[in-house]
Amino acid sequence: MTPVRVIIALCLTAPFVAMLWVGSYAKTDPAFIGIPFFYWYQMAWVLISTALTMTAYKLWQRDQRARRGGTR
Amino acid sequence: MKDGVNGVALAVFIFFFLLVTAMGFLASRWRKAENENSLDEWGLGGRSFGTWVTWFLLGGDLYTAYTFVAVPAAIYAAGAAGFFAVPYTILVYPLIFTFLPRLWSVSHKHGYVTTSDFVRGRFGSKGLSLAVAVTGILATMPYIALQLVGIQAVLDVMGVGGGEDTNWFIKDLPLLIAFGVLAAYTYSSGLRAPALIAFVKDTLIYIVIAVAIIYIPIKLGGFDEIFAKAGDAYSQTNPATGAPRGALVPPEAGQWTYATLALGSALALFMYPHSITATLSSRSREVIRRNTTILPLYSLMLGLLALLGFMAIAAGIKVQNGQLAIPQLFETMFPDWFAGVAFAAIGIGALVPAAIMSIAAANLFTRNIYKDFIKPDATPAQETKVSKLVSLLVKVGALAFVLTMDKTVAINFQLLGGIWILQTFPALVGGLFTRWFHRWALLAGWAVGMVYGTAAAYGVASPTQKHFGGSSKEIPGIGEIGYIGLTAFVLNVVVTVVLTFVLKALKAPDGIDETKPEDYTADAGDPGVQVELPPATAGTSH
Repeated sequence: MTPVRVIIALCLTAPFVAMLWVGSYAKTDPAFIGIPFFYWYQMAWVLISTALTMTAYKLWQRDQRARRGGTR
Repeated sequence: MKDGVNGVALAVFIFFFLLVTAMGFLASRWRKAENENSLDEWGLGGRSFGTWVTWFLLGGDLYTAYTFVAVPAAIYAAGAAGFFAVPYTILVYPLIFTFLPRLWSVSHKHGYVTTSDFVRGRFGSKGLSLAVAVTGILATMPYIALQLVGIQAVLDVMGVGGGEDTNWFIKDLPLLIAFGVLAAYTYSSGLRAPALIAFVKDTLIYIVIAVAIIYIPIKLGGFDEIFAKAGDAYSQTNPATGAPRGALVPPEAGQWTYATLALGSALALFMYPHSITATLSSRSREVIRRNTTILPLYSLMLGLLALLGFMAIAAGIKVQNGQLAIPQLFETMFPDWFAGVAFAAIGIGALVPAAIMSIAAANLFTRNIYKDFIKPDATPAQETKVSKLVSLLVKVGALAFVLTMDKTVAINFQLLGGIWILQTFPALVGGLFTRWFHRWALLAGWAVGMVYGTAAAYGVASPTQKHFGGSSKEIPGIGEIGYIGLTAFVLNVVVTVVLTFVLKALKAPDGIDETKPEDYTADAGDPGVQVELPPATAGTSH
């Protein structure tokens, strides 16, 4: 396990921890433009998890390139 | 519901319907291949789709008309509990990021068209492959039927569904026409048709959502007002259950259900044959990884769409059948012509997945039942012919299902389908990473999961239904209420692991693995992996 791969794994598991821990966000306050916390928080996580998956993708690409470069 | 037919909305609807029909038939000329008589061409669009086509195709495939109708309907009915679709679609992408590229690589290398092809190649077991294929077909059929339910909801609200007292033929005629046309262009153009139509579908959906999410709250006095009204409505006692109708936030007791439904559904989504068909049609491994980073845009849309359920309450929409809540909201809030656009979006939204699902089910039948058990020496041309015919049969079956049986039957079966399809996860995803599991253990685990899941779902009662009243039940040993599919999945894995130990100790024959470790990371351009497979290898590489 290289450090890069650890970060990739963290990026990919973070959404699971955040979303499956329902108790951490099952509340109405603070509301955002009238939308209860429960709803806007999960929608914000769509964006957060997208950013995390994208980071994982970029890191993985770099990892692969380094690996290929190393073996050739 | 307004009396009579909404003429303007209907005209707009028919315009878009004719447009996609023309596109569907012309699609067969799009990126036309030299050899049309192979399953790779008809059933996987020549495995040639790039990032954007794949994005539209997968988006059009996974976010179906039924989703658009059912998710807000669930919110409309009970509030927070229906919002699990959002964490569910959030979790899907990190998940498929890890295993889908491996499936793509090994499938490309060996010419696999279905998941069952892979399972047979990996574990050397026709029995296990058959189990996966049958599960896939069983889970897909009711899903196709539900797409029809989605179209029906729209037709009903436009006033062309007819009342209860109309002659059944007149009542169902619009649906029959829509379906006949769908069947015809799927038959002639294969996967290229839904891929092309998906562009129209998604563009319409995005426009409708963008307008709805701004326009309707303004008309209703803002989100504060909407949620205040929805909160009031949920706190009213439901006379059927004696409990409040719902809640804006899941109560302590509902949180396990919420989390297990999200996780179980996320694990199940890419076990569905239609998701895999759309995935394998992509051109390279990179296309898939890149797509996991752009597909969440659909999840955001789904979240916004779900909020429409609250708006339906705030707008005072009262419907007996929750499925009609959103079409009715559009009809009430929008000018007629834009309501027509919204209805077209839902209607076309049903055609794309229905086409892909029928192709996927047909591929499963052809490759893993017809070729494996009935006619092992079938040529690629024969395979394609059988697949085309089966795609028709599957659709006719779904149509008969919807027209002859109560809608709740289709919904019940779809619920069961989700539980069932999840039971193929250990063989498929397990198989992608390790050959440690024993094929017989996987088969036994699958059987246990199927039986437990079906029996448990049968035992769930609701105020309106004696059986199949819901998808969650007390988890044995934990005591919380959780998604049955996930409980069955855990049982499945436990049985598989234990039996693998036993069978290995007994030295049971392990089956031949035709794949090699490097097959799982191969990409287009690597030696032995061609960007487009020659038709001959698609049929004969086994």
